[in-house]
Amino acid sequence: MYDVSYHRPASLADAKAMLASDDAKVLAGGQTLLPTMKQHLAAPSDLVDVRRIPGMSGVKVEGGKLVIGAATTHAEVAGNADVLKHVPSLACLAAGIGDPAVRHMGTIGGSIANNDPAADYPSAILALNATVVTDRREIAADDYFQGMFTTALEPGEIITAVKITPPKSGGYAKFPNPASRYAMVGVYVAQTGAGVRVAVTGAGQDGVFRHDGLEAALSARFAPEAVDGVSVSADGLLSDIHGDAAYRAHLVKVMAKRAVAAAA
Amino acid sequence: MSDGIGARVKRKEDKRFITGKGKYTDDIRMENQAYAAFVRSPHAHAKVKGIDASAAEAMEGVVAVLTGAQLTGDGIGNLICGWAINSKDGSPMNMGPWSALATDRVRYVGDAVAVVIADSQKLARNAAEAVVVDYEELPAVAHADRALAKGAPQVHDNAPGNLIYDWGIGDDAATQAALKGSAHVTELHVTNNRLSPNPMEPRSAVATYDEAEDHYTLYTTSQNPHVARLVLSAFYNVAPEHKLRVIAPDVGGGFGSKIYIYPEEITCLWASMKTKRSVKWTSDRTEAFMTDAHGRDHITTAKMGFDKDGKITGFHVDTVANFGAYMSLFSSAVPTYLYATLLSGQYDIHNIYCNVRAVYTNTVPVDAYRGAGRPEACYLIERMMETAAREMGMDPAELRRRNFIQSFPHQTPVIMNYDSGDFPGNLDKALKAADIAGFPARKAEAAKRGKLRGIGYSCYIEACGIAPSAAVGSLGAGVGLWESAEVRVNPVGTIEILTGSHSHGQGHETTFAQIVSDRFGVPIDNVSIVHGDTDKVQMGMGTYGSRSGAVGMSAIVKAMDKVEAKVKKIAAHVLEASEDDIVIEGGEVKVAGTDRKMAWHEVGLAAYTAHNLPAGMEPGLKEGAFYDPVNFTFPAGAYIAEVEVDPDTGVTKIVQFTAADDFGTIINPNIVEGQVHGGVAQGIGQAILEQVVYDEGGQLLTGSYMDYAMPRADDVPFYTIEHNTTVCPNNPLGIKGCGEAGAIGAPPAVINAITDAIGTNDLQMPATPARVWAALNAARAPMAAE
Repeated sequence: MYDVSYHRPASLADAKAMLASDDAKVLAGGQTLLPTMKQHLAAPSDLVDVRRIPGMSGVKVEGGKLVIGAATTHAEVAGNADVLKHVPSLACLAAGIGDPAVRHMGTIGGSIANNDPAADYPSAILALNATVVTDRREIAADDYFQGMFTTALEPGEIITAVKITPPKSGGYAKFPNPASRYAMVGVYVAQTGAGVRVAVTGAGQDGVFRHDGLEAALSARFAPEAVDGVSVSADGLLSDIHGDAAYRAHLVKVMAKRAVAAAA
Repeated sequence: MSDGIGARVKRKEDKRFITGKGKYTDDIRMENQAYAAFVRSPHAHAKVKGIDASAAEAMEGVVAVLTGAQLTGDGIGNLICGWAINSKDGSPMNMGPWSALATDRVRYVGDAVAVVIADSQKLARNAAEAVVVDYEELPAVAHADRALAKGAPQVHDNAPGNLIYDWGIGDDAATQAALKGSAHVTELHVTNNRLSPNPMEPRSAVATYDEAEDHYTLYTTSQNPHVARLVLSAFYNVAPEHKLRVIAPDVGGGFGSKIYIYPEEITCLWASMKTKRSVKWTSDRTEAFMTDAHGRDHITTAKMGFDKDGKITGFHVDTVANFGAYMSLFSSAVPTYLYATLLSGQYDIHNIYCNVRAVYTNTVPVDAYRGAGRPEACYLIERMMETAAREMGMDPAELRRRNFIQSFPHQTPVIMNYDSGDFPGNLDKALKAADIAGFPARKAEAAKRGKLRGIGYSCYIEACGIAPSAAVGSLGAGVGLWESAEVRVNPVGTIEILTGSHSHGQGHETTFAQIVSDRFGVPIDNVSIVHGDTDKVQMGMGTYGSRSGAVGMSAIVKAMDKVEAKVKKIAAHVLEASEDDIVIEGGEVKVAGTDRKMAWHEVGLAAYTAHNLPAGMEPGLKEGAFYDPVNFTFPAGAYIAEVEVDPDTGVTKIVQFTAADDFGTIINPNIVEGQVHGGVAQGIGQAILEQVVYDEGGQLLTGSYMDYAMPRADDVPFYTIEHNTTVCPNNPLGIKGCGEAGAIGAPPAVINAITDAIGTNDLQMPATPARVWAALNAARAPMAAE
């Protein structure tokens, strides 16, 4: 790892000031950033650790919405009573991220800010029609994810929370990469107030995406068998040594069925 | 004696390992220690047109930047391959030059071109990035079949067509004729996937040059420190043997990959002399994937003929072996004398022919990896048997039974002479333990859950305890493969065993002490094992090929014979009895049938005080021995895998795994079972998870655990382990060896089970979910088309 300065701001204002330099980066668990830095693939000058800023972590229910602080770890989300009560499928997703060490360091804000195409959380945020809250605005999920490792965040913008309206039901099924155990295909289905939404992570060349065909079929009938008649195209899906696009397209359907079957 | 042979003693060494107190090479800290970082080629094949180290040299804390030109200029020799193989036409193998630091050409991604020595590891690594190498990229070839194709890029100028040798064993014409007259011929095309060894401890070296004494010390992660010293001295010209001490302290796994002397150790030694600093290098995981010798990587087409009763008539094999960019230390022997000589398997086959073409590619060198040649042979034979049984509509167990060798010794047509075994007994034990009768019901139950359940067999044999020195010498080996031991009884009766074997996970501190305890009746805590240091231990050949029991322990037994003879002479003299009447029992040396006796330590004291020894006897109680085996040993067994395939995803779950092994005498069942567990886990890894992938241009696509799939705890089942022991008649303890069996026997059992489940014989390792799903679709598609 190259030399880097570590900062632990006490407030959002301090954090913003520290992020003024172009080479500074937010550290929100570091489960992707730190390994990348160790491999010399990233070399920020400053790390601004936002986890200890008051109000940045924890879960609360406000106006019928679940509000999850950006610095809430995966383990906290997995075990939180409010999450388990209102969006159990999200707790289930969080419990399956990485390994125990990752789950106790990695955070929801860090995950969606990074927007790794094989991360789990982006599928939940998109399928649940969640709102990403930052230090300066609120961004709808449909506007937030803009391609692999790309989001609507502006330079220096800090995610502070995620707001989720509990769905009627939701479910997540993941096919793990045999080596990394990241999602090779992960499908999140949710019966939301805006209809059934289906988001796919791991498979797309441009990161997480919604699937119209699956949404239409599941809107007509929210049952595993409804997926059978849907055609999932391999166009735009990833091909690598672990599986080609056709295999991933097939897995999208299989995982969609399993997500529906698991929906609660 | 409760600590003796066969006792399930807890491993003496585990306390320090489990509590983090082990002392590994990277734990060594020398005064004035500097750190090495290597500048490595990002290209699979390129000319090195120039190296500009000026920026790196100017960086803070940089001691030196050293290049291949300086290294060869100082007379450091090229790396060697220690086993000469001739082609069928009698011509010697085509060995291309391999310098520890490349001078004019790089031949694989990771090939080192320079080394930076600096005050810290971080400074060295940062400075290595600042070394500017002017490369002219050349076309590269990564896959063995493409390397043999006309017009393929040439890896070495002196190996036309990238061919290292074109070797054969057996009778080609007779085998072809036997196939022609067969009632049935099974043909298979199999690949044996390339693997990365992945020991838990990465390679490391700490080299120190003592200017006052003109003497070098090398701490390194080695399975055979004496061989390292010999090669570093005799071939690489680092220093004469008496001016070079090699120490392999605690070593965290090797699997073969730490047999070889790599460019990094040579460079660190040389750099310590150049810089007058101790030089440490420790591989990171990415470097390990890039530079540790890989294993396997065969492409084979084979035909096996059967008569109308299912008896094998002939076995014809054509193998292409990928050697990577350079010939590693024992690479040439792996696909020849460690592979083709095992192609008779457990079966009475009269006609065998095997052709092996070894080829260069622009990939990291390939050498022995757990099993080394024997897994490739076993995989081929056992896939063949299962496939043939299915094609002929026979029970695969019955087809094997009809062909088992039943009497010993048995001379195969491919050199090996099997000394003992009970192949039907192994299979029967495995079948019973695996509850074969209950399989149809288990399959039906799985089908209700939507799963495809399959069962697969593997009856493996391997050749261990390498090896009779004269025999391997006649086959081209550059070394003898005996082992040495020294037994030192101290004046207080405690015992030190100095052994040329080297433990890097095998538990020698426990098992070697057990055979001493068994013999002399002393507790194992009174026995210490000294190994891994060329200044302490007499010349020895190290540990690989499951040789520490069959060869290393045999040397200890020979030395103990001498100690026992002297103990009896001393006791007979002191107790005024006949030597023939002296017995050693329960830690006492007694006159049989009387109450006259000496405690064990009293004999030790008598030997060293020398106040009352037989006339003419030398004082002291220390004996040494060298043991040269008369034959290989032949562990064998029967493995049965049961799997469930999820047809929706292609995921294979191994739900049952049964191993029935014949390892000869077992010293410590606990350690033997651990070896089987680890070996089978590696075999399962090869079967369904692991593969090194290079793209067409020679870029390594599996450079980390993000893409190289290692088996994890939830990938493997709980194992059922049985033993069916026949004693090896050729060594004093009757040991055959157990270190590689699992890795040899497991892959075909798993693949045979998966192919049984999905109904096709067309499946290559690793059987990843994507591959199994594709094979399942392909197996269904022709039926749909018809």
